[in-house]
Amino acid sequence: MTLLPLLSSVFRREMQLAYRRRSDLANPLLFFLIVVVLFPLGVTPDMAKLAEMAPGVLWVGALLANLLSLDLLFRSDYEDGSLEQMLLAALPPTSLVVCKVGVHWLVTGLPLTVMAPLLSVMLGLPGSALPLLMLTLALGTLSLSLIGGIGAALTVGLQKGGLLLTLLIMPLFVPVIIFGTGAVQAQVAGLPWLAQLAMLAAMTTGSLALAPLLTVAALRIAVGD
Amino acid sequence: MAQVLSAVGLDCERDDRHLFRDLSFDVSGGEILHLTGPNGSGKTTLLRRLVGISSVVEGVVTWFPNSPESTGEPCEKIWYIAHRPAVTLLQSPLENMAYALALHGIRVAESVVWDALDTVGLRGFEDVPSHQLSAGQQRRVALARLYLPLEPDRVRAWVLDEPLTALDVEATERLKARIIEFARAGGSVIMTSHHGLDSETVRTLALGGGS
Repeated sequence: MTLLPLLSSVFRREMQLAYRRRSDLANPLLFFLIVVVLFPLGVTPDMAKLAEMAPGVLWVGALLANLLSLDLLFRSDYEDGSLEQMLLAALPPTSLVVCKVGVHWLVTGLPLTVMAPLLSVMLGLPGSALPLLMLTLALGTLSLSLIGGIGAALTVGLQKGGLLLTLLIMPLFVPVIIFGTGAVQAQVAGLPWLAQLAMLAAMTTGSLALAPLLTVAALRIAVGD
Repeated sequence: MAQVLSAVGLDCERDDRHLFRDLSFDVSGGEILHLTGPNGSGKTTLLRRLVGISSVVEGVVTWFPNSPESTGEPCEKIWYIAHRPAVTLLQSPLENMAYALALHGIRVAESVVWDALDTVGLRGFEDVPSHQLSAGQQRRVALARLYLPLEPDRVRAWVLDEPLTALDVEATERLKARIIEFARAGGSVIMTSHHGLDSETVRTLALGGGS
C-alpha cells in the first residue's frame, strides 16, 4: 500500500474540515487586521516613524494571530476520538501531524502572509521591502505552526489549556520573531539581511524535522492518560 | 487456532485503588472475549492498554505472538472502536468511513462502503452531516466499518468498547450476529458490554470486585 494516495485523502479531509469551520479561521485574520489598523491610530500618524516600526508590528500581529488559532488544532479530533484512531493508524502518525499542521499553515499562515502587503501600506513600509517581508512571514508562520503544534498537543487534554499553551510556546516563538523582523528591518535600513533570513530558514527546516516527532510524543501523553 | 493476543501480568492502579492486578489472558482466532464488570472497574482502561494507547497500565501485551508479524504495538489488522466513536460531526457518514479506511490503509470500492452504511440502517443519510444524526445513528457510522466484507487476514481482531450502547433492539441483534459471524470466520473479538452474548465461542472475563 503506497503512502501517497492515503495521505492525499487525509489531506483532503483536513482541508474539508477547515472549509467547514471557516468562521473560526476568519478570527486570526480579523485579529491581524485590527491590530495593524489600530496601531497608527494609537501610536502616531507620522509615516516615517511608522515605517520604522512596520516590520515589527506586522510580525507581532501575525505571531499573535497564529497563536490565537493554535488551540483548535487538535481539540475537535481529541473530543470526538479521531485522535486515538490517528495514533493507531497504519500511516506513521508523524505524517498525519505534518498534514494537519500543513493545512493549519495553509489556512492561517499563508493568508496572513498574503494580507501583510496590503496592511503594510497603512504603516508606510517601503514597497521594496515587501518581497522579503512576505518571504520571512511565509517561512516564519510555517515554523510557528510547527512549534505551536507541540504546545497544542501538550495541552489538548486540558479543559482550559489556552493560557498554558501561550506560556509554553511563547519562549519558542521569540527566536522566530527576532530573525523575522531582523531581516526586514535590515533591508529597510540598507544593511545585509541574508544572515537573518538564513537563520529563519534554518529554524523552519529544523522545526519541520523535529516538531512532528515531538508533537506525536505529546499527543500520546495526552491520549494515554 | 493461532494465538492472536497474549497479555501477561497486567496491573493497573488508579487513585490508590487496584483496578486489576496481575491479570493474564490469551485470545485465539475465532474467540470472543467478553469483558464484564461494574462501571469503573477498568474495562475501558484495559481495552485501551490492549491497543496500546494507555500509559497507566503496566504489563506486557503482544499481538500475534508466535508469528513473524508479532508486535507489541497496535497495527492496522485491528479495528478499535472506542467509547468516543471517532465520528467527525462536520463530516457525512460517507466521509467518515473514507477517512477511517484511509487511516487503516484499506482501499475498497465506494459501492462497498455504501452497502456497509446501508446494512447499519443509514440508507439515505450517507451525505447528511453527522451532527444532524441521532446518538444511535452516529454510533452506527462508527460500527459500519465492521460490516465491510474484507478478507479474513486484512482485519484479524476487533476491540470494541461498549459497541451496543445507544443502539435499538434490531441493530443490537444485528451487531451480535455479526460479531459471532466474524468469530466463526476466524476473527477475534474483545469487547465490553452489559448485554449478554450467546455463542459457544464466548469467554467471559469479569473485572472488579477485588479480583
